[in-house]
Amino acid sequence: MKLSSFIKSLVLSLVFFIPFNGVQAQEHETTHKTEKSQATEGEGFDITSMIMHHISDAHEFHVYGKNEDHFPKALTVSLPIILWTDNGLVSFMSSEFHHNDNGTHVVEKKGMKFVKFHDKIYQANTDGTLSLDDEHHPINTKPLDFSITKNVFVLLLSVIILLLLFSAAGRSYKKHGNGEPKGVAKFLEPLVIFIRDEIAIPNIGEKHYRKYIPLLLTIFFFVWLNNIFGLIPFFPFAANVSGNIAFTFTLAVIVFIVVTLSGNKNYWKHIFWMPDVPVGMKLFLAPIEVIGMFVKPISLMIRLFANITAGHIIVLSLIGLIFVLKSVWVAPVSVAFTLFISVIEILVTAIQAYIFTMLTSLYIGAAIEEEH
Amino acid sequence: MELITPAIGLIFWTTVTFLILLFLLKKMAWGPILGAVSDREESIKSALASAEEARKEMQNLTADNERILKEARTQRDEMMKEARAIKESMIAEAKEEAKEEANKMIAQAQSTIRLEKQSAIAEIKTQVAELSVGIAEKVVKKELANDKEQSDLIAQLLKEVTIN
Repeated sequence: MKLSSFIKSLVLSLVFFIPFNGVQAQEHETTHKTEKSQATEGEGFDITSMIMHHISDAHEFHVYGKNEDHFPKALTVSLPIILWTDNGLVSFMSSEFHHNDNGTHVVEKKGMKFVKFHDKIYQANTDGTLSLDDEHHPINTKPLDFSITKNVFVLLLSVIILLLLFSAAGRSYKKHGNGEPKGVAKFLEPLVIFIRDEIAIPNIGEKHYRKYIPLLLTIFFFVWLNNIFGLIPFFPFAANVSGNIAFTFTLAVIVFIVVTLSGNKNYWKHIFWMPDVPVGMKLFLAPIEVIGMFVKPISLMIRLFANITAGHIIVLSLIGLIFVLKSVWVAPVSVAFTLFISVIEILVTAIQAYIFTMLTSLYIGAAIEEEH
Repeated sequence: MELITPAIGLIFWTTVTFLILLFLLKKMAWGPILGAVSDREESIKSALASAEEARKEMQNLTADNERILKEARTQRDEMMKEARAIKESMIAEAKEEAKEEANKMIAQAQSTIRLEKQSAIAEIKTQVAELSVGIAEKVVKKELANDKEQSDLIAQLLKEVTIN
């Protein structure tokens, strides 16, 4: 039983991270405490908030341990907070909030009071409190938040790793000439050729693909690496970057811009004045085609977001099962299923990156298709 | 709802990092990698083409060799045939000549023999005449008594001699 309680507290400390929904400071503390004690005993475990917490962004990087403990019992890496307020740019480290997430700890900068509430930063009232509406949502102003959050941190990390990997590959070609690839290039070259020969050339065509291949390659490896990073449950990965709607939204917007700017006369004609159909049909199809222009990138955005987030939710649910069923003997089953799902998820990381790139090239190909 | 509300911060950072990544990777990686790959593909293509060409040339050379060999063989056969013909004709000619020569010699010999024979006959005739005259003289000397008989005998003898 000693072992089981140890595993229990270990797993708890890894997965359980402030799942409270209090309102005022006083209430918060009590709720927090009751929930904490309940969770430790395996009762009233709020699996939804646990999962939501794990797939959402955060202003600090929780590495291990209970939040209120200090190093070496717990470790939280604080990240810079950057805010654009009415008085200009404000920045400070997230540690200044003292891990407080219920809007009770006030940080004062440039004469403005900031509080963190459910991982969102609000400008507090002059007395340092938050005004809440009937549904307990704060109605205070939110400064524009450009913080280096957990997701931004992992995003930058993935960029650094991509740059290191591919610049090393690029350099190796300069060194060895165009003979057989050496080192990291040996591993990356087949992937690059795959994107070129199986995605870019068949969809865009031999004539135009050169212009778009850098975009497609960057999208593929960027999405893939961030998908993989999302599966690694340790610091400094463990973020849900490619399962965040902001990330997929940005990529989808970039794709939309590229496709729209690439569109030739034939493409626009097919949207607004469909050839070879009666006038009535032309008028009927035009609005549908215009909607289609936007639906394509939106589908890209939702597909990647939903697939990656769903994977994370499944893994977290399986682990959460241990606490929901209040038995450590569920752990082997949970771990076995988690392992199984993780293996599938590894496949999904590549598949989703492939699909995103594939559809991007398909849309570009449709936009630059010549009249036939 | 929060899950599907894009946060401005992450949009900002994703845009910035993606564009920087795209730019840097294009310069440092995609350019060199794709350039090297297509260069290599070109060189492989040209190497294959030249190998094919060399193979064709080789084939042509072999064909040429065979043709030359065949020509040489026929030439040799022809030459041998010619030589044989020449040899045969030479032998025939020689035979002909020899035959002619022999005939000539035979003819010469025959004429010589004939001349010899004629001269011999003439000589014999002379000798026979002389002998006859001698005999006649003796006979005459002995039987000169009978003139008539004498003259008959002479006439008869002469007649006989002329016939011979």
